[in-house]
Amino acid sequence: MTLIYLIGAFLIVIGLFVNRNKIINYSLLGLFIILQWTFTIYSLYHFRCTELDYFSFDSLGILLLLTLSIVAVPAALHSFIYIEKHPENPETRSIYFAALVGLLTATGVGYLSNHIAVTWIFTEITTLCASALIYHHRTKLALEGTWKYVFICAISITFVFIGILFLSLSLTHAGSDDLSFKNLLANSAQLNPFWLRLSFLFIFTGFTAKLGLVPMFTAGIDAKDKAPAPAGALLASVLMNLGFVGIFRFYIVIANTPLHHWANVVIGIAAFLSLFVATVYMIKVKNLKRMFAYSGIEHMGLVMLGVAAGGVGYYAAILHVVLHAFVKSAVFFQYNQIYRIYQNKSIYHIGNYFKYNTTGAIVILFAFISTSAMPPSGLFVSEFLIFRSLFEANQIIVLIAVLLLLTMIIWAFGKNIFKILFIPPVDFDDSNLTKISPWESSTQFILLAGAVYLGLNPPIEFVNLIKESIMLLPK
Amino acid sequence: MIHVFLIVFLISLFYMAIANRMLTYVNILALQGVLLFFVVFLQLKEISTLNLVLILLETVVFKSLAVPLFLRYILKRNKITREAEPFLPHFVSLIIVTLIVVVTILLANSIKDTNLDKIFFVVALSTLFTGLYFIASRRKIITHVMGYLIIENGVFVLSLAVGNEMPMLVNLGIMLDIFASVLILGIFLNKIGDVFKEVDVDQLTNLKDY
Repeated sequence: MTLIYLIGAFLIVIGLFVNRNKIINYSLLGLFIILQWTFTIYSLYHFRCTELDYFSFDSLGILLLLTLSIVAVPAALHSFIYIEKHPENPETRSIYFAALVGLLTATGVGYLSNHIAVTWIFTEITTLCASALIYHHRTKLALEGTWKYVFICAISITFVFIGILFLSLSLTHAGSDDLSFKNLLANSAQLNPFWLRLSFLFIFTGFTAKLGLVPMFTAGIDAKDKAPAPAGALLASVLMNLGFVGIFRFYIVIANTPLHHWANVVIGIAAFLSLFVATVYMIKVKNLKRMFAYSGIEHMGLVMLGVAAGGVGYYAAILHVVLHAFVKSAVFFQYNQIYRIYQNKSIYHIGNYFKYNTTGAIVILFAFISTSAMPPSGLFVSEFLIFRSLFEANQIIVLIAVLLLLTMIIWAFGKNIFKILFIPPVDFDDSNLTKISPWESSTQFILLAGAVYLGLNPPIEFVNLIKESIMLLPK
Repeated sequence: MIHVFLIVFLISLFYMAIANRMLTYVNILALQGVLLFFVVFLQLKEISTLNLVLILLETVVFKSLAVPLFLRYILKRNKITREAEPFLPHFVSLIIVTLIVVVTILLANSIKDTNLDKIFFVVALSTLFTGLYFIASRRKIITHVMGYLIIENGVFVLSLAVGNEMPMLVNLGIMLDIFASVLILGIFLNKIGDVFKEVDVDQLTNLKDY
């Protein structure tokens, strides 16, 4: 089935790329969504199976694949709305949809891969697809964003490759040359610590470009800013999860070696710095879309802090990743409505949103509550567990610093959001206002409500999947 | 014999640090491709012939012919000035590259691993860091691309060190080479030159937070 899925998706990409007919484009997109869901349901029924040697339907993979498939439906829907509302030519439209399908496929299969080199290959493919999406508008600024994204991703992909090379050097002592995560885990006692250290540093640094952590986070911000909002939603949610999978699967290996503590320190430093950077930029930023992107940096910093703290933090980290994907994609889907009304990204030129689009304003308000992890948001549960894990790991000073930073982030975020909602904008002419159908917000409500439900009352299967994902980590 | 080629490879980095003209950079990249060809030929004795031919073709055709010709074409088409215009004087560049090499040699000496030929490690890591240094210290976007190509050559040398045991990794490295180069050079050739008339990095500062 994986082979059928890959071939099917590939044919759809080719079809979208070659054919410029509008109706065929849309039907191919619909066909892909059906294929994606068929594959997801198939994977649920073939839990713990391995296909084509390199793809395993394990708990972490399935969890994130399900998240991806759920987010993919509104992404396709909002892309449709986006393309319809903008003057598009057939060429950019078909390239947009081809890249969208390619991105979704590569990300989904990347989650399932059980071999570090295969994860790497699919990460590379996501760079290609994402760059096509970022360059959608063919403007000077879009080109700048694309160039920065491509260049930084190319360097980080190279870093991951160097890490893989060091990993193979570290494995030569074990008398094996199979770089699958399972084999690495089985031979974790024989891995050479020197090479493993170097390897972890390079792989971690490389994947931070996708995950959005210090040091390589900058590329992602420009990308999410310049990509069309529905594509930005994917870049800000499911693509970040691919970076998380890459790091987390390798982290499971290293956690079973004596380097566990060292790796925790490395991850902890990067995560804390990310939170710090996110705070600094959130206070300063005036571009609404970039503010949402920086909020993603903050959340991924929290996730990795949970991983570094260990204990209940592992559980919280995975929960947070899933819930964040729902919430953040909803925010980006909603963003496009704001842009359609004000034709501006700057916070100074956006305001009084309740007056112009009440449904959209309610979504923004809910999204703010969800993103800043106030109850009843599901993220509140995971963030609370992350704080508890830090407490249990005796990192009180880090915890206090994190709480201070988060307070500043909520202040900055809230200040901007309430400005948008209630304070009148500077020179905005509301005589010919764009009308927005409330139905366009329905998917955002569903995504946000889903995050609340999964956080407060998680189904037992969901909890079991998370628990199984972290089973191989030492207590 | 392999060591001779690798050391010449290292020396080419020093030359690049003091080179002034863009065409010299392109020529050095081509030379590095040829050097890698010989290293591959001498080093990878244990892998299948077909695979070896593929790798050799990649070094000669791609690294030392296609990419340099492409870069020359871009230089001409976009009328990029002939000087490299580094931020720092050549003498400082030379010292920094020397420091990089010395530090990697010290690092390599601290490794107690008999499996690895240390010269591969030294050459690969110093090439990697020199490439990063070039990216940081040159003003034109195209020199950034060249810095990236240098990094890729360094990674290729490193992959050769384990090439006999795991030929798959060398092939992956080639894939990375071709994929990333085509992506980066493709954007460069098609777009950046047309849109940004002055091809300096100072032009790429318009994406802002406010």
